[in-house]
Amino acid sequence: MTMTNKAIPAGEGAGAGASASLPRTDAGGRLPGILESGVRNIGFELRGYFRSPDAVFFTFLFPLVMLGIFGVAFQASGEVGVREDGTGGVTMAAYYLPGMAAAGLLLIGVQNLATDIARERSDGWLRRLGGTPLSPVSYFIGKVGMILVTALAQLVLLIVFAVIAFQVDLPTEPELWLRLAWLFGLGIVAMSLLGVALSALPRSSRSATAVILPVVLLLQFISGVYLQFSMLPEWLQQVASLFPLKWLAQGMRSVFLPGHFELQELGESWDLGLVALNLVGWLVAGLVLSLLTFRWQRRS
Amino acid sequence: MNSTASSPAVSVRGLTKQYGAKRVLDGVDLDIARGETYALLGPNGAGKSTAIEVLEGVRRATSGDVSVLGEHPLAAPRAWKSRIGIVAQATGDPGPYTPRELISHFAKLYPDPRGVDEVLDLVGLTAHAKTRATKLSGGQQRRLDVALGIVGRPELVFLDEPTTGFDPEARRQFWSMLEGLTGEGAAVLLTTHYLDEAEHLADRVGVLSGGTIVAEATPELLGGAEARTPVVSWRDAAGVRHEERTPTPGVLVERLMHEAREIGLPHGPAELEVRRPALEDIYLDLIGTNGAE
Repeated sequence: MTMTNKAIPAGEGAGAGASASLPRTDAGGRLPGILESGVRNIGFELRGYFRSPDAVFFTFLFPLVMLGIFGVAFQASGEVGVREDGTGGVTMAAYYLPGMAAAGLLLIGVQNLATDIARERSDGWLRRLGGTPLSPVSYFIGKVGMILVTALAQLVLLIVFAVIAFQVDLPTEPELWLRLAWLFGLGIVAMSLLGVALSALPRSSRSATAVILPVVLLLQFISGVYLQFSMLPEWLQQVASLFPLKWLAQGMRSVFLPGHFELQELGESWDLGLVALNLVGWLVAGLVLSLLTFRWQRRS
Repeated sequence: MNSTASSPAVSVRGLTKQYGAKRVLDGVDLDIARGETYALLGPNGAGKSTAIEVLEGVRRATSGDVSVLGEHPLAAPRAWKSRIGIVAQATGDPGPYTPRELISHFAKLYPDPRGVDEVLDLVGLTAHAKTRATKLSGGQQRRLDVALGIVGRPELVFLDEPTTGFDPEARRQFWSMLEGLTGEGAAVLLTTHYLDEAEHLADRVGVLSGGTIVAEATPELLGGAEARTPVVSWRDAAGVRHEERTPTPGVLVERLMHEAREIGLPHGPAELEVRRPALEDIYLDLIGTNGAE
């Protein structure tokens, strides 16, 4: 048999200790590498995602649609956060932008991934994959890649939309864009891992949306995405503070809103240290839960 | 590597699987040679799928020795999975992809896959290569399942009730496809409810009932010579049906004809029939006697 395979990443051999110089008798080539398969999976996942109209609408376009609705609905109600001297206010569209940016990461990371994997599991797709030499690591590289690409595209689209449709002013300091970068990175990883962990909950593909959606919706309402966070009763703010979305939204506000909005936060400060701490905490929890619960199939 | 390349496709000794108090498999012994097609028959709930899933490494056996292509399924390295092909009993929605996309995606997971066009042709989906998989008919989706199971050029294929729900013509097509596959040297472990399917495809047939294999032979010999003793049946002049098993049906028929002529029936007794029990009758006998325990 001839060695037909070309690009194999270093360190990714086929079987244990198989020497490449010896003629192999049991197979014509070597197993594709974990990274190689993973990267190829990204394209496959993206194609599947953008061919599912409901997923695209409810997880990709939804924040855009909501920003459009809120922006138009409250266009006449003037500016929020105006200081006593009459300056410093922003339009409602500008006020909603950071919340929608945070919600987008929740929708794509948690809602999309959790329902997607739950559906793949109950439809036997994961079982099918489990019967192939595909490594679970490659599978997750595909998922994470899909999530990163769609989340980034969504954020860019959201910002462009806010600027074009509502003339929202964007931050000019590089420091704030850098902050957006780490918030995005930390946020999407934490949300995705929580999505993987949550995918173990639904018992069938039909119940997947019914189980996941209320969690996601509730979080959005109490975390300052649809409702102004400072208007919520303090006990509800405390409850929301347990969960990552509130912190992510707060971080996003620190990027997109003028500095004096800081005083409206619970601690009268952006508390970026706590934002990072909470997100890292949920990231670790999500990772541990994912490792504990992920199975190619639901065992009977 | 030579040790696994020359080991039998399947070797199982004393396999048991227990769910709580229920013992689904109770000491199964099974050997399948390289290139052999083995059909596992048995009533619903006999444990056929459980047995296959243990061999696939999907389920853990309660006890027993299991070796598939020379490896223990649960301890086998990732590369081992490139040597087996799995077509599970129930497969769901394959997502918003076409057969060509799916086959090509799966092909890239294997070290030495078949060509995508070759596989499409083999399972007869060339004309539907660009149709969304969800829009295919049931039989076409099943053929897609098989395509994904064999694209990696497996040495052993597990087919769990591959033709359930097929119309007769689709089954015939499916059979010739499988014959092409085994012609290339792949071993096949097949479960089916269709006795004619087992008879047509299998080199050997095993009957799983009550958690063990109660009979195992080539389709021609299953149940032993005794089980194949011809049956002569007829209706006598009084309208009563008779049935008699005899190794010499000709002698009996001659006697019946003689008796009939004597009472003025020159064409012999009504509904005279000589029947050699088909695999189906033998199979029903086998699981009947076992189920009575």
